[in-house]
Amino acid sequence: MSHSRMEPSIRSRPVYGTLSRTTAAAHLCIADGAGGGALLDLFGSAPEGFAQHVEINYVPGDENMSDALKALGAARFHTSPSVHALMPRIARQFERMRMGTQVYLAGSETLIGLAMKTGMEAGLDFEAMQTEHRGTLARRVQCVHCKGITENVTTQPATCSHCGLLLLVRDHYSRRHAAFQGVNINAEDPSEVAPKEEVFP
Amino acid sequence: MSSLHGAIDVVVSDVVTVNELIKRFHFKRADGKPLPAFSGGSHIVIEMQDGDTLRRTPYSLSSSPFDTDDYQVSIRRDDAGRGGSLYMHESVEPGMAMSISHPANLFSLDKRAPKHLMLAGGIGITPFMSQTAQLARTGGKVELHYGVRNRELGAYVDELSVRLGPDLHVYLDENAERMDLDRILGNQPTGTHLYVCGPEPMIEAALDSARRLAWPQAHIHHELFARTAPGEPFTIELQDSGLSVEVGETQSMLEAIENAGIDAPYLCRGGVCGQCETRVLSHDGELLHTDHWLSDAERAAGEKIMPCVSRCRGTLVLER
Repeated sequence: MSHSRMEPSIRSRPVYGTLSRTTAAAHLCIADGAGGGALLDLFGSAPEGFAQHVEINYVPGDENMSDALKALGAARFHTSPSVHALMPRIARQFERMRMGTQVYLAGSETLIGLAMKTGMEAGLDFEAMQTEHRGTLARRVQCVHCKGITENVTTQPATCSHCGLLLLVRDHYSRRHAAFQGVNINAEDPSEVAPKEEVFP
Repeated sequence: MSSLHGAIDVVVSDVVTVNELIKRFHFKRADGKPLPAFSGGSHIVIEMQDGDTLRRTPYSLSSSPFDTDDYQVSIRRDDAGRGGSLYMHESVEPGMAMSISHPANLFSLDKRAPKHLMLAGGIGITPFMSQTAQLARTGGKVELHYGVRNRELGAYVDELSVRLGPDLHVYLDENAERMDLDRILGNQPTGTHLYVCGPEPMIEAALDSARRLAWPQAHIHHELFARTAPGEPFTIELQDSGLSVEVGETQSMLEAIENAGIDAPYLCRGGVCGQCETRVLSHDGELLHTDHWLSDAERAAGEKIMPCVSRCRGTLVLER
């Protein structure tokens, strides 16, 4: 699957690029699911010896590309069972690395967003990390009313998993929370329940 | 009275000879009130009435942002310059009334940074004086590398040494000591921001090293005020104003436009901020761009010029 095209939207909505190798001395790759394909492309035309300066952290998910990624021969290859389980490890890597390590984030918006948030907490500017979106468009949504986070939202509207309000999922995004903002859609008349459509497959 | 936008009337409260090339000027407000608050890395524009010539030159504030009773600038005497520093060195004395602009900051600290790496060359130390004073109070990890010709010219080494202790590294040309840029930039913790100020070759070398080591652009900051070098006199036609203005040998285009009574926009007066960008309607000679604002493509198109630093060989028609 090639990298995603997204509809142009408000400025807050993150836009993603295409991973491209830099002259960095070390490379830290973080990917999930179909994002593995972006790493395969990154290695595609790499000069000999590139792999020995690369560390890959991968969350297989539904589109497991572990075997192909492992075959790249990176200096370190690690898999985690979930994006959330991977984050503490990423946080330690960000802390330990030196400036001049290139960071690549590829896969779902949740993986990219959470890894970027972790990098920002270590002091990296969000623009310092390369990104490429692949695979699911499922969103991490913060309810602006109760502040609870609902993972893997694929419908519009969506129900807050914490307070139960029916939310309009906006393109308004918070890098600090790594979440799109969800706003109650039927505050005037809670009996008016709009049908849910699958819009973030 | 000054014609600077929102100028502040000040009195020169002291002039201190720091060494054979550098003098430090202290200003307080003429009405005794506090000066505006500023942040580390800010500069002010000083207005100088040098005979018939009006000069406005930017200088970094080198004093603590926490002291708004006393602004300080440290000025290196530049015998090959257009005369601003010579005027300051030779004609400005304690008690004189002068006008300065409000402070503006084109070289501010990124307060999110867990560490600030600063590289200074010569008089390029001045913005780091205010920045390190700010960080000494607000907290923040600093590593400062300061290259200077000799110990005598190493203005503020002692003061910085007290402020920074082992985080200050001094390199003296006279001892053939050089910053090892690749080593310094190659061993910095995640999130470090780089700040560079000094002579152009030193800035270029530092930026080259940073790019080669794949430092992200968002973590790299530098300040290079283009020197408004003297040049051949030339004529500009200001189409909107219907005026023809001569630009003298030691005058900038912007100064000539201001002398003609026109209120033109500017901020840095050093070719970096973009504020004074002006449309070129036509020209019959070569445009001599010396700014750091226009892109190569814009220069090639020949439709814009930065009158604070750039010049023209021949006659130039501007939309102003």
